[in-house]
Amino acid sequence: MTFFDELAERLPEMGPVLLLGTLDTVYMVLWATLFTIVFGLPLGVLLVTTDRGGLTPAPAVRAVLGAVVNVGRSLPFIVLMVAVLSLTRLLTGTTLGPTAAIVPLSIGAVPFFARLVETSLREVDRGVIEAAHAIGAPKATIVGKVLLPEALPGLIAGLVMTVVALISYSAMAGAIGAGGLGDIAIREGYQRFNDYYLWATVICLVVVVQLVQSLGDLLVRRFSHR
Amino acid sequence: MIDAVGLRKVYRLKDREVVAMDGVDLTVSPGEVFGVVGQSGAGKSTLLRCVNLLERPTDGVVRVAGEELTALSGARLRAARRSIGMVHQHFALLSSRTVASNVAFPLEVAGVGRAERGRRVGELLELVGLSDKAKAHPAQLSGGQKQRVGIARALASRPKVLLSDEATSALDPETTASILELLRDLNRELGLTVLLITHEMDVIKRICDSAAIMERGVFRESGRVLDLLGTPGSLLARSLFPLPATDVPDAVAITYTRSYDEPLMSELTRRFDVDVNVLGGAVETVSGSSVGRLNVQVRGANREAALGYLAESGLLVEAAR
Repeated sequence: MTFFDELAERLPEMGPVLLLGTLDTVYMVLWATLFTIVFGLPLGVLLVTTDRGGLTPAPAVRAVLGAVVNVGRSLPFIVLMVAVLSLTRLLTGTTLGPTAAIVPLSIGAVPFFARLVETSLREVDRGVIEAAHAIGAPKATIVGKVLLPEALPGLIAGLVMTVVALISYSAMAGAIGAGGLGDIAIREGYQRFNDYYLWATVICLVVVVQLVQSLGDLLVRRFSHR
Repeated sequence: MIDAVGLRKVYRLKDREVVAMDGVDLTVSPGEVFGVVGQSGAGKSTLLRCVNLLERPTDGVVRVAGEELTALSGARLRAARRSIGMVHQHFALLSSRTVASNVAFPLEVAGVGRAERGRRVGELLELVGLSDKAKAHPAQLSGGQKQRVGIARALASRPKVLLSDEATSALDPETTASILELLRDLNRELGLTVLLITHEMDVIKRICDSAAIMERGVFRESGRVLDLLGTPGSLLARSLFPLPATDVPDAVAITYTRSYDEPLMSELTRRFDVDVNVLGGAVETVSGSSVGRLNVQVRGANREAALGYLAESGLLVEAAR
């Protein structure tokens, strides 16, 4: 019997555990994605608009935001998780389980996504922005009706990258008690030397990432008119 | 319609100042097409952007349709900009929106209701001949079609003035001709005042009533095209009708800005007994008039009298260069 035959044979026994693990991972990642959009998108917009030559130049604000983002970006996720433990307890009342993991996941992904948003927005043709000024559009309209819609395909692609990064972070969070697929791979696979669990979680992770990427590609194509 | 007085624009860079515009006075009468021509870096773009305050002039006053734009800011300036349309060299269309939705954009900004927007967009697309492309995206259009969309968008809020920033510079000659024709038609049919900047002399020749030559931030020459062509030493004449350099003795450059019924050249040889030899030149229609500029060799005992006769008949006679 090959390894994979055996894996298939053990599926009924592993199935419920894997399903729960997958659901936990999806739960963590979805909430973290939501918070990442809520905080990361405005942050990315501000990084662009406060820059010199932007819609609302404010070099001091921009310098502070840039520094904050860089600090967030330079912390390895595993360190960041530990560093924000007290904040996590403050916000969720615990440092264990998928809900607690949403806090460090969001904090880790916001600066990442903000930089990707910044890059996408910078690619919007300056001529189009000038045309909007010439039309008499107020700044909020230029952000809402010109910058963001024009950058939409890039924003979606950036979000997909962020979600994939979040899935990878969530596996790391599993190592310090967040639950989810990472937790199963570490506890069942690594610590109890059960290769079947290890490989089964790998397959689950690959499938989830693949689904996210395909959905993202589909949306990018749908909204790209270049 | 457009009145700008004493426009200066100075850009402050880290270690020095760059004077992009150094005292420009511009008057564009209602209903005329005014062209500013010059090399890149002459300050044309700065001038155009100062007219709708996309750039605020360092000094000077800009009035458009009686309103002093340089005195406005914020919401009042944005409102004033809605009566000034602008067409861009690289079209500047929103790639995420359809053609119809691009044309509707200024109307959205102005707060026009959905039904009214739809009606107006229909009219505008018809005006520029793109009714069948309403649902297309800009990426699916040719350059000329994109510029038509740009023009429709510029006209959406019924502006009195249209600013054109090198509108045809990214287009091939044939498309350029059709876009210029469209601008000329709009100028005539809607009474639209057009201020355009270009580096192509041909644009001046084809559609401009008035023109200015800009160099290093100032107007070297400015006025009605036909008047300028009839002015001795005119830069515009030399630029629109370049004559080959000549070292032939007794050559003169003659310029005329209307057609003549009498056969001037045969008259010359008959009455003054001089030899007339055309060395080079061009005859074209400018602002609806037949304009010609020729290098002519005139020899004979009565040469001075012959040249005097030409000048009396209203031709401009200058020494050939």
